[in-house]
Amino acid sequence: MIRFIAVRLLRAMITIFAVVTFAFVVLRMSGDPAQVMLGPDVPQEAVDAFRRSWGLDQPLWIQYLAYIKSIFSGDFGVSMRDKASALDLVLQRVPATLQLTLPALLLKLVFGIPAGVYAALHRQSFADRGVILLAVLGFTIPSFVMGLLLVLIFAVILGVLPSGGQDTWVHGILPTITMSIGGIGILARFSRSAMIEVMGQPYIRTASAKGLKWRDVVWNHALPNAAVPIVTIVGFMVGSLIAGAVVVESIFSWPGIGRLLIVSVSNRDLAVVQCILLIIAAAMVVSNLVVDLLYGWLDPRLRSNAAH
Amino acid sequence: MDRASSNLVELRDLKVAFDGVQVLHGIDLNVGRGEAVGLVGESGCGKSVTWLAALGLLPGKASVTGSVRLDGQELAGGPREAFEQVRGGRIAMIFQDPSSSLNPVLRIGRQIVEALSLHRGLRGDPAKREALRLLDMVGIPDARRRFDLYPHEFSGGQCQRLMIAMALAGEPDLLIADEPTTALDATIQAQILDLLIQLRAETGMATVFISHDLGAVSQVCERVCVMYAGRIVEEGSVAELFSEPRHPYTRGLFDAIPRIDGPRQRLIPIPGTVPNPKHLPEGCSFQPRCFRAVEACRSERPVLDTSADGRQLACFRPVQANEPVEPRARVTEDMLL
Repeated sequence: MIRFIAVRLLRAMITIFAVVTFAFVVLRMSGDPAQVMLGPDVPQEAVDAFRRSWGLDQPLWIQYLAYIKSIFSGDFGVSMRDKASALDLVLQRVPATLQLTLPALLLKLVFGIPAGVYAALHRQSFADRGVILLAVLGFTIPSFVMGLLLVLIFAVILGVLPSGGQDTWVHGILPTITMSIGGIGILARFSRSAMIEVMGQPYIRTASAKGLKWRDVVWNHALPNAAVPIVTIVGFMVGSLIAGAVVVESIFSWPGIGRLLIVSVSNRDLAVVQCILLIIAAAMVVSNLVVDLLYGWLDPRLRSNAAH
Repeated sequence: MDRASSNLVELRDLKVAFDGVQVLHGIDLNVGRGEAVGLVGESGCGKSVTWLAALGLLPGKASVTGSVRLDGQELAGGPREAFEQVRGGRIAMIFQDPSSSLNPVLRIGRQIVEALSLHRGLRGDPAKREALRLLDMVGIPDARRRFDLYPHEFSGGQCQRLMIAMALAGEPDLLIADEPTTALDATIQAQILDLLIQLRAETGMATVFISHDLGAVSQVCERVCVMYAGRIVEEGSVAELFSEPRHPYTRGLFDAIPRIDGPRQRLIPIPGTVPNPKHLPEGCSFQPRCFRAVEACRSERPVLDTSADGRQLACFRPVQANEPVEPRARVTEDMLL
């Protein structure tokens, strides 16, 4: 078990390292922060001074080594724009993002999984077809279309909900719904197919042949088996909680991580972008690790494989 | 007939169709109390479907008609609850692939205790004690230590023993064993057969043994029904059927078995394959593969009739005792046609 976790942790570190390196290189090759920050009509001396003060005049590999070194000492750099700690800037935005993503995750779980399971248990019924149709619509309609559509209906036509901002919890309703719809569709599809697969297994017939009530067959015998594929998808969703949603936060002027990312990328605020990507990668990797551990808990067959 | 009332289970005109395709064409079958009945035939002839249908275990797309009576009480067409009452407690069933018939994510002890609490109201320590007794009875060594293991930690033969223990938990009047040894090694097969015979002797429960293995059937059963393409084509005691098969199909099944005793003989396979249920041949379903078929067999379907000696047979031209088989001639003739 310890070996299993150690291997996974090592793999996680490598993944994060790769993300950090990639972000570092791509960001520096895709535009000059000095130009963006200072504007087009600034004298060359000012630009040079700016680059010197941020160390941008150094060769790339020296910058990179310095960056890696500072990460290991817990220093994620300073924002070129606000001159504040990049980590602080990012962490300030986390609560706002979680205000949207946590309720959205809850909606995905509460509507997606039961809808999929119900559809699987009533295959070919009207409800099943309805769930499939809505699920496909849910995850094929892009969130910017969905967001604008909801704004049009609830803010413009009906005038019952605000179209943007973060003043009260009511402002969070539309962005949360927009964020959750795609996930509800995905979870419904996955839960449905996982459940259909499980319900066709011989052990479900055994459970019925034993005389168990239909409800107990579904709850005690089918759902625990269907949990493994569902947990995989939920793991991804949990991992992306902190990443927020770039598009949805922009549409609804929500000051979360997603918006910070957009602003920082367009300003070439290197330290902030790198810090955001590092945190997102870390969250993804941690949730994947948790999912791997959950597999073992949910399915004893995987547990004994992992132990050897 | 006084016999009808003493039957434990009576199937009458049981028919099953999947998506409009008829796979079971009216099965009439009685199982007496404590009796062991064999159901033999090739894969796809409807042996398993018969009993899955009788217990309401077929998927929703299957349409089942006819009558299933347990102690005279009608089950077919009843609510799901009526079947749930019967399953496990009155009629238990074990299946062909024991390893995948046990829930992989539940401990085996829990799966057996579940049946005990369901049918006998046992919980906690008494349930565990009884489960251990059952495990002992079906020959799981070191049951106490292995009570909390998962199915994948047992071999196929042991999984079948676990399935049998679970079936016994409800103290059923009838155990339906659906090809219980097909997926197992030959030596393990013999052990499981012995176990079934021994348990029947100890508990007095009736057994329906579904198999394509005539040898196994002859060990376990007193009476045999031979099925072909969704119908029973011959029925009789094991001794009668084995010494003097009358239906050409039954005879064909015997001729396809290698014999250990006696001189070396060429095995005689039954030519062709089981017909597709969607396109059953005219007349007798077996006639395209039958070495004795005549014109009448191609136009009319023989019905299952009881002969004077109590055997049942559906054939216009039954095999006479010790008549030699001439399958090759038949095949060539078919080819020419």
